[in-house]
Amino acid sequence: MRAFSYERAKSPREAAAAVAADPTARFIAGGTNLLDLMKLEIETPARLVDVNGLKLDEIAPTKDGGLRIGALVRNTDMAADKRVRKDYGVLSRALLAGASGQLRNKATTAGNLLQRTRCPYFYDTNMPCNKRTPGAGCSAIGGFTRTLAVLGASEACIATHPSDMAVALRLLDAKVETVTPDGTERSIPIADFHRLPGDTPQVETALARGELITAVTLPKPIGGTHAYRKVRDRASYAFALVSVASVIHKDGSGRIALGGVAHKPWRVEAAESALPRGARAISEGLLAGARTTSQNAFKLTLAERAIGAALAQARA
Amino acid sequence: MAILDDLQLSRREVMATGAAIGVATVPAAADAASGQPSIMKVSFTVNGQRQTLELDTRTTLLDALREHLKLTGSKKGCDHGQCGACTVIVDGRRINSCLSLAVMHEGDEVTTIEGLGSPEKLHPLQAAFVRHDGYQCGYCTPGQICSAKAVLDEIKAGVPSHVTADLTAKIQFSEDELRERMSGNICRCGAYSNIVAAVAEVAEGKA
Repeated sequence: MRAFSYERAKSPREAAAAVAADPTARFIAGGTNLLDLMKLEIETPARLVDVNGLKLDEIAPTKDGGLRIGALVRNTDMAADKRVRKDYGVLSRALLAGASGQLRNKATTAGNLLQRTRCPYFYDTNMPCNKRTPGAGCSAIGGFTRTLAVLGASEACIATHPSDMAVALRLLDAKVETVTPDGTERSIPIADFHRLPGDTPQVETALARGELITAVTLPKPIGGTHAYRKVRDRASYAFALVSVASVIHKDGSGRIALGGVAHKPWRVEAAESALPRGARAISEGLLAGARTTSQNAFKLTLAERAIGAALAQARA
Repeated sequence: MAILDDLQLSRREVMATGAAIGVATVPAAADAASGQPSIMKVSFTVNGQRQTLELDTRTTLLDALREHLKLTGSKKGCDHGQCGACTVIVDGRRINSCLSLAVMHEGDEVTTIEGLGSPEKLHPLQAAFVRHDGYQCGYCTPGQICSAKAVLDEIKAGVPSHVTADLTAKIQFSEDELRERMSGNICRCGAYSNIVAAVAEVAEGKA
């Protein structure tokens, strides 16, 4: 690990300004992903700004009947919150399907959104990667692609986003609240928060340099049967090959979002009108434009079948 | 042979010596921008004892415990949060001490395996692991026991898990709940069935 200086931020705005002014600085909260990457020297900040003391760790109702979840709420606490369990079960389920108990105790709302891909070529510093070194090339294309993206990928990158939580937030139409270095606050719809790789896979979110996430807000509850079905190589503590976040209403209508298939949580609202006609019907629209390899083509079949299982579960 | 006599150090002494040299050669000035180590003071409580250390900011909580405080019960397995051998309890919650910077624990209360019990007075979980042979090589055991202690507290506190059938009902201990909650603690020897038996005995109050 490279040497770095360490400081504790005193306010969100001050933290944002500190990181905006210093290109070598990074925020640190739970640290479970950043420190892992620093040990491998994939991340090499010279300055860490600790935001843990900023009191962004509350879950509170919003005036329009939703919930505001602070950026520093630990994944364990969000998953265990009674309001989240009762009204946003898919979110609780997604969180509990991710990582381990130890990691969820440290990992934060904002850190979960900002975690980096687990593409094996991103982690292997001996191999070219456009995320680590823009323009270096993508070793995953033509390489071992079983776990990698089948939707929305580019000639520069076929990495997936690893978060389960983000898939549920996408399903629920959450918003990401931030503060910029000049003190301006903004609210970014989760659909616009994560980016597809395009020609700049190193740019993963809509955040500006130094912009700090302060909370995630959920709209008022939408009812329905909530489920998060994660298919992975182990029964626990593994990243998704495919995951399905679903809210299904009694009349068969509802919402579906996928994880493990793209550079961001994958949801196609226009395809959801086909949901009452079953898994195959919605999959046609949801998986349209997929580009697969012989190693990861199974993800399309798996996604359709996992959606089918979610629908059956909701009917049961 | 005198040379060989000089080498009659235990592995632990060698490691302790190495750590001492490491500290002595670290310059006190902090200049991270130029790649020089940055040194900071941090105080936290470990197993009820207040500790103050001056550490390179890169020092993980695990390395602070093992290399600086000589509490070598907590183990370094993968050093990347994947194996759970480094699990300790901080302010009542289990974490991977390898993925946490020591300087981020100012004022915290840390409990390691050394703080749960002693050879003379074993923690019920430690006694159950011995009784059920919940290990082979033993390397993952301190992490397993710290994790299990926190798992039982999490179930009592009503924290749900991936296998909890009803998110709104009271959480009950079961072997399925235990297996899921302990998935962040890997046992290379595969002593899982005995680990489950040991923890279940304590959870069900039979220990």
